[in-house]
Amino acid sequence: MLNYVKLIALALITLFAAMAASWGRDLAYQVHAVLIMLIGAGMFIWVLRQTDEPKVAVDSSGYMDGVVRAGVIATGFWGCIGFLVGVVIAFQLAFPVLNFDWGQPFTNFGRLRPLHTSAVIFAFGGNALIMSCFYIVQRTSGARLWGGNLAWFVFWGYQLFIVLAATGYVLGSTQSKEYAEPEWYVDIWLTIVWLALLAVFMGTLFRRRERHIYVANWFLLSFIITVAMLHVVNNLSIPVSIWGSKSVQVFSGVQDAMVQWWYGHNAVGFFLTAGFLGMMYYFVPKQAGRPVYSYKLSIIHFWALIFLYIWAGPHHLHYTALPDWAGTLGMVFSIILWMPSWGGMINGLMTLQGAWDKLRTDPIIRMMVVSLAFYGMSTFEGPMMSIRAVNSLSHYTDWTIGHVHSGALGWNGMITFGAIYFLTPKLWGRAQMYSMSAINWHFWLATIGIVLYASSMWVSGIMEGLMWREVDAQGFLVNSFADTVSAKFPMYVVRGLGGVLYLIGALIMAWNMWMTIRGGVRVHAPVGVPAE
Amino acid sequence: METYTFLRQLADSWVLLALTLFFLGVIVWAFRPGSRATHDEAANIPFRNETLESRDRGCPDCTCKPGSDVERLT
Repeated sequence: MLNYVKLIALALITLFAAMAASWGRDLAYQVHAVLIMLIGAGMFIWVLRQTDEPKVAVDSSGYMDGVVRAGVIATGFWGCIGFLVGVVIAFQLAFPVLNFDWGQPFTNFGRLRPLHTSAVIFAFGGNALIMSCFYIVQRTSGARLWGGNLAWFVFWGYQLFIVLAATGYVLGSTQSKEYAEPEWYVDIWLTIVWLALLAVFMGTLFRRRERHIYVANWFLLSFIITVAMLHVVNNLSIPVSIWGSKSVQVFSGVQDAMVQWWYGHNAVGFFLTAGFLGMMYYFVPKQAGRPVYSYKLSIIHFWALIFLYIWAGPHHLHYTALPDWAGTLGMVFSIILWMPSWGGMINGLMTLQGAWDKLRTDPIIRMMVVSLAFYGMSTFEGPMMSIRAVNSLSHYTDWTIGHVHSGALGWNGMITFGAIYFLTPKLWGRAQMYSMSAINWHFWLATIGIVLYASSMWVSGIMEGLMWREVDAQGFLVNSFADTVSAKFPMYVVRGLGGVLYLIGALIMAWNMWMTIRGGVRVHAPVGVPAE
Repeated sequence: METYTFLRQLADSWVLLALTLFFLGVIVWAFRPGSRATHDEAANIPFRNETLESRDRGCPDCTCKPGSDVERLT
């Protein structure tokens, strides 16, 4: 009976998408409509062929790991894509001729840049977070995922969101809000998927057989709930037409700017920090084989982080139309954030107390430790840059980009790689990764890549900031904007090379994952001698 | 009174006080006497439940210690 309801719904969706493809007012909308029409038709046929057939029994006794396996693969795949686009746009900045004429307007920097940021943050990071949520909540609750195939809906629904967002950027559909570029119908779709994720996560927590909710789940739950809230508020907009992708924001002027950066900074705080801290609080103790250093500290870390982070957004709007008191509020809360951030970093690092020898023998632990070190470094740098006086030098320069990347490549990237190397052998029933020395290669390539990236952007950013404010004795500006652009050229090349190293590391990881999943003969290359 | 002014005054007086007290309460609660056993127990959750069935066989009351994940490499 349910199948008939599904068939009717899919038929209606397909029909609507077909009409939208025909009547759509812009290219991105039409392409998306065709895409949804094809997916709807494909699912219609699939459901139709299963209707009135005997049901295949599904083994639902153990943990639901199929969707986590899919998530691990998706994380690796989108990671490589996102890093590749990043390398391309880094070289487009160094060598503008790479904005090829034949590819205009689809491949210019302005369209590829949101493709890169969304691919790494939402596709790579988001898949890492969703698959970690599904893995961790089952293991720490002692319960199978709630909702049956709802978890699969979350996985595929999220991939569809990524594809819609990515193709939309290239085809010119954007609402011009940083990290919230997708237009109204993609936003609505993501809201549905996200509420399904919340339902799966909460349902599993309700079914738990442990008395306590482990601290990793607190972080992951706060990530899911807060991102839902941020996403809905920041994307409040009215479509111009149901047959087009263009929409108009409900807020305007400085209110819109404040909502955007309330969203933007909390995307950093709850997506890239709280969510990944949830991963850290599970995978670091697991890989180190010892419980977290201080559970009390982890509780205080959690509450302090979520109480403080939500206020930090206005520091993105110093020296704008935003009232000074709001900027000061954001700045003060950013600086107070030093304490929980460093408390959490120390908590993660001290988990290795008594197991520091593993740093020599276990490249996965090494990745996690470097990730925590970058967490500490970028959460020191960030509050410093939020101070109004520092911000007057750093804002709109490459320093900001360097800061973001030391956080994203160092903290988010490295902890995700650690999680992938932890999960891949476990989920596919292998003793360890196919090649441990390849992990070592990945570690060094990624670390050197980040160092090249961050240091070149420091030099470039501070130079740029100083050149912009340099005035002569008469009070005239000394440098034109183009002067700063040409002065940055060597740093742009170094940055691009850092990105290339990071990308090569990720490709080695993808190869290593492929070989581990495929199985076969494993190469055992010792990566150091265990301490006696 | 205007809604904005009312909310603004509420936010920087009573709500600020309530949130601060809640936050301090969380810290005091985390350090309350007798919480150590609870926290040690919770901190070891990742080392249990390695498979869904293992709970039913060997670990009925959540008291096993780390090391029970020997199945990990089998």
